[in-house]
Amino acid sequence: MNQSARREDIPGWLTHIVVPGFNLLLAFVLSGILIAVIGENPFRALSLLIKGAFIYGDSLGFTLYYTTNFMFTGLAVSIAFHCGLFNIGGEGQAYVSGLGVALVGLYLGHLPVLIVIPLGIMAAALFGGIWGVIPGYLQAKRGSHVVITTIMFNFIAAALMTYLLVEVLIKPGQQSPESREFAPNIWLPYAHDVMNWFGINMLSTPLNLSFIFAIIVSVLTWGLIWHTRWGYEMRTVGQNPTAAVYAGISTSRNIILAMFLSGAVAGGVGINEIMGIHHRLLLDFTSGFGFVGIAVALMGRNHPFGIFLAALLFGVLFQGGTELSFDMPKVNRDMVVVIQGLVILFSGAMESVFRPHIIRLFVRTRTAIAAPAE
Amino acid sequence: MNAAREVPAVPVPPALELRGIEKWFGNVHANTDVSCKIERGTIHGIIGENGAGKSTLMSIVYGYYQADAGEILINGEPADIRGPEVAIAHGIGMVHQHFMLVNTFTVLENVILGVEDDFVLTRSLEKARTELNRLEREYSLEVDPDALIEDLPVGLQQRVEILKALYRGAEILILDEPTSVLTPQEVDQLFRILRALRDQGNTIILITHKLREIMALTDHVTIMRQGAVVGHVETAETSREQLAEMMVGRSVLLRVEKKKAEPGAAVLEVENLHVRDGLNVRRVNGVSFQVREGEILGIAGVAGNGQSELLEALAGIRAVESGRILLRGEDLTRPGAVRTPKSMRQLGLAHVPEERLKMGLVESFLASESGILGHHHEEKYTGRILTRGRAILDDVARQMKAFDVRPPDPSLLTSKFSGGNQQKIVLVREIDPNPDILLVGQPTRGVDIGAIEFIHRRLIEMRDEGKAILLVSVELDEILSLSDRILVMFNGEIVGELPQASATETQLGLMMAGERLPAEAAK
Amino acid sequence: MKQLFVAAVAALGLTLAAQASAQDFSPAIVFDMGGKFDKSFNEAAFNGAERFTSETGIAYREFEITSSAQREQALRNMARRGATVVVAMGFAQATAVEKVAKEFPDVKFTIIDAVVDLPNVQSVVFKEHEGSFLVGMAAAMASKTGKVGFVGGMDIPLIRNFAAGYVEGAKFVNPDITVYQNMTGTTPAAWNNPGKGNELARSQFDRGADVVYAAAGGTGIGVYQAAKDSGKLAIGVDSNQNYLHPGTMLTSMIKRVDVAVFNAFATAKDGTWKGGTQVLGLAEDGVGYSIDEHNRSLITADMEKRLEAARADIISGKITVTGYSN
Repeated sequence: MNQSARREDIPGWLTHIVVPGFNLLLAFVLSGILIAVIGENPFRALSLLIKGAFIYGDSLGFTLYYTTNFMFTGLAVSIAFHCGLFNIGGEGQAYVSGLGVALVGLYLGHLPVLIVIPLGIMAAALFGGIWGVIPGYLQAKRGSHVVITTIMFNFIAAALMTYLLVEVLIKPGQQSPESREFAPNIWLPYAHDVMNWFGINMLSTPLNLSFIFAIIVSVLTWGLIWHTRWGYEMRTVGQNPTAAVYAGISTSRNIILAMFLSGAVAGGVGINEIMGIHHRLLLDFTSGFGFVGIAVALMGRNHPFGIFLAALLFGVLFQGGTELSFDMPKVNRDMVVVIQGLVILFSGAMESVFRPHIIRLFVRTRTAIAAPAE
Repeated sequence: MNAAREVPAVPVPPALELRGIEKWFGNVHANTDVSCKIERGTIHGIIGENGAGKSTLMSIVYGYYQADAGEILINGEPADIRGPEVAIAHGIGMVHQHFMLVNTFTVLENVILGVEDDFVLTRSLEKARTELNRLEREYSLEVDPDALIEDLPVGLQQRVEILKALYRGAEILILDEPTSVLTPQEVDQLFRILRALRDQGNTIILITHKLREIMALTDHVTIMRQGAVVGHVETAETSREQLAEMMVGRSVLLRVEKKKAEPGAAVLEVENLHVRDGLNVRRVNGVSFQVREGEILGIAGVAGNGQSELLEALAGIRAVESGRILLRGEDLTRPGAVRTPKSMRQLGLAHVPEERLKMGLVESFLASESGILGHHHEEKYTGRILTRGRAILDDVARQMKAFDVRPPDPSLLTSKFSGGNQQKIVLVREIDPNPDILLVGQPTRGVDIGAIEFIHRRLIEMRDEGKAILLVSVELDEILSLSDRILVMFNGEIVGELPQASATETQLGLMMAGERLPAEAAK
Repeated sequence: MKQLFVAAVAALGLTLAAQASAQDFSPAIVFDMGGKFDKSFNEAAFNGAERFTSETGIAYREFEITSSAQREQALRNMARRGATVVVAMGFAQATAVEKVAKEFPDVKFTIIDAVVDLPNVQSVVFKEHEGSFLVGMAAAMASKTGKVGFVGGMDIPLIRNFAAGYVEGAKFVNPDITVYQNMTGTTPAAWNNPGKGNELARSQFDRGADVVYAAAGGTGIGVYQAAKDSGKLAIGVDSNQNYLHPGTMLTSMIKRVDVAVFNAFATAKDGTWKGGTQVLGLAEDGVGYSIDEHNRSLITADMEKRLEAARADIISGKITVTGYSN
């Protein structure tokens, strides 16, 4: 038997396409069984899901709108992760970033578009970044574990925002704790508006320019992590803190930097939701996107392109799931959450359960094919 | 000694026989068609370089792993060893490289741990005490049954491991690299015990990569390379050179050739240095020495006697409690002086850390990324914002080629390289900027013989170019063959200095155990 | 115009539209984040919709939203799929209703708990403070310690309005009364945290309160349990919750969300549905307090007499309940 052939490396397509594909398939098969159990046709459900995510008139816009949020939160988690930090606080960072946008929108909204939009983006990044950097500082200088502090900061963010919305920023004379609407200068153009400029009719969806911004941030993140000295240092700290010390890399400085950047990128959700869609600050606009970002980052292997694919998958699940529960009353929103959970379970948590089996199967098959030839 | 043993007249089945063992880990073929017979009442050595599959094989025998194919026969009977408890039931015992003892329990408690055969613990203990006394007498394995493990020296802890195995009825005893933590004297004692066990009819399997031990102790040797058996030989009929050649697959030079050192001015001076570790325990206690141009100063000692902390303090990684470090006469410990790993590198000090995987490189990085660690901020590797990817790849490729790293591909993951090649990546990275002083910790730990030869030659070359080298190693062979002067460290202190020419292994061994050098011998 | 369908989409939507038109009357309801089984506001609406279906045999479409952006999406989806009348639950949907109602001027929208000023929108708001005034009076009359408590859900103006009316009512009976107020939290989780409700109620009992009013959705369950365990009294909210613990439930402040939903569907069906704002207070029987066999023994004839008198006075305007305003 030829030893060198057997020792050959496993091809990339196997680990990057076949294994995740298999996991996804398994999640869908189980979801299908569940749907069958509650008395619906799983194939019709799947077709509704796909149509609901891509084909119906406004569905693609909604899918990409969700994708935008998940890209931001997924990238945020991944940046911290590259520095060895598990940032659970994307939700709170995104929430507080909305405050930054709102302050610009409410008090500087009259400024020209070209000034106020960059200002709003910077404010979102700054506020999100500050909400990330405090736990980062506590981790770096005080050793308070960032998992604990970021979770606590999610609660602090919720309390702070409720207080501000109920007591300070609320539009007087209304029940709903929302700020007044910002001046239109700070509104990011909707995708359907942009298409209209080119004479293309598109149904109105929440999809807005933030999506392009998310793609730019993805490319920037990729460049930062793999093509700058700072990314190199962050990764060294994340992968081997002892080696980082040996190399003269400051772990605390990098932890603080990574948490700032992580929070700033999570602030993209504030840009998308507040500048792009609602044009006013409202309670709980993050709706758990920050938490989904953890799953997105894990599934996307912390690589911006993987995160894009994972964010798209979750966008499909959210939007397709919404349409599914419109058309199949038995598949209620809890059922949709179960399906999302199965995808996360198989693609994230249990990812490594099947990987060795698939690789072994592949190696055996290859050996079996190669053997008669010898 | 071997002659004293009787050869049985009637053929008996081997104590342990392996037939066609196969084991895969993912895509790594850890054991390929391994077959071997281990005769009753012999000491059988299994030798091979790191990663040759020795430990995997023994883990299969002990039931930690199940073989993907093949058979295990014990006393001629096929055995299905599904777990360590099955192995123990078949009379197999194992002494691990890292002891599996509860430090806060007594010897007796550790011995019966997991095999208490009475619900009332005191009754188990009494029964065990009687049995333990018998074992101790029979094999001259004296250990105080009531001593706490944490109070015992390493050599005695190892005895407790052996007693544990015997208490569980082991007739086949597997020892995995048993000497790596022992002083030479403790090694001698261990060997005496193992011979006694063999002479009483037990079977010993010794896993090691040290040729000396194989030659001194075993009756038969199985040589493994890349997961497969490459030969079985009678120890009496082989030589170190032949074994080394079989292990590596080509002939190797075991002794380093070097000319006499011509030391120049002192480059690095250490005065009365005190260093504490991360738990605030003082690990370096008043150490003073000089390293001069054109010499290799070796620091010998059993691992954990302060050598690591000393190296880290010198490299700027660890804070100094008190004392001075001078580089070319400049006091780096004076108030206000900068002493970071980065500043030390800029002053011409390079550091090959003791543990390459823990400190020297990042396994999940590409070789090109590990190959610039510590130098990543230099202008040749990075611009103001973006790193110079092409330049990094080219430079690391050049370095890898210069040190014959195989494969010489900087775009492979660091973890894909063998220990020796990883070590070369670290070494070339540190040597390439042409430092004046090189700190080297355990340069050949877990490195295959071929690479050891290469690394040793490079260190001698550097010395001959007039560089100052501080070598820390727990391998006496290495210290003896490379160093021009030898310091021995024990318990954070230098217990003596010997010139290489007059140092002997026995003398070093005594000093490593804490014995101070008589005043006249020091001269 | 935005709502123009591109041809391809129209074709796809056709089958759905055909289904919708086959059944000429198609009601729909969009629940807010709490979900239709929140034991409170949304569940009351669900009960109203179910009652409509059981009486008329007409099925309704429903959707429970999980994120802010889905409000608009859900309303628009309902309209696009041929809904005749869409009920939007909760003030949080006001913005979305305003936007979607403009896009679909032929579809009727009813929003509960908020006001949207459009011709095709019917806004239904309740005078929670009036109902809370009466249960506040009941609490003050039943209290022997002169101390009563209030446990709110999420700290928002709506809940503060409940609290304000309750305090006014209690002080109307006993100007020296002490009212302890606690909000459960600042996130939507506050609507469903019975454990914390239980703790808050207990702490109020420890400070001497002997009647506690919960306006906290699912969190109230814990408050009522605490009252039962400590032998104190509790007041339910939204639906008649007296049956939960007969003997320790003093009464419930009823908010007829179910009736509002039922009426929206029913009037839309018989053609009497009108846009504009309906403010439902005591006079309209939109809010009130409950007396049934479960709490009959707790409300004395004298108490009931005073409550009825106050009710009449509020309706006639002799008593003004101000409530909370920001």
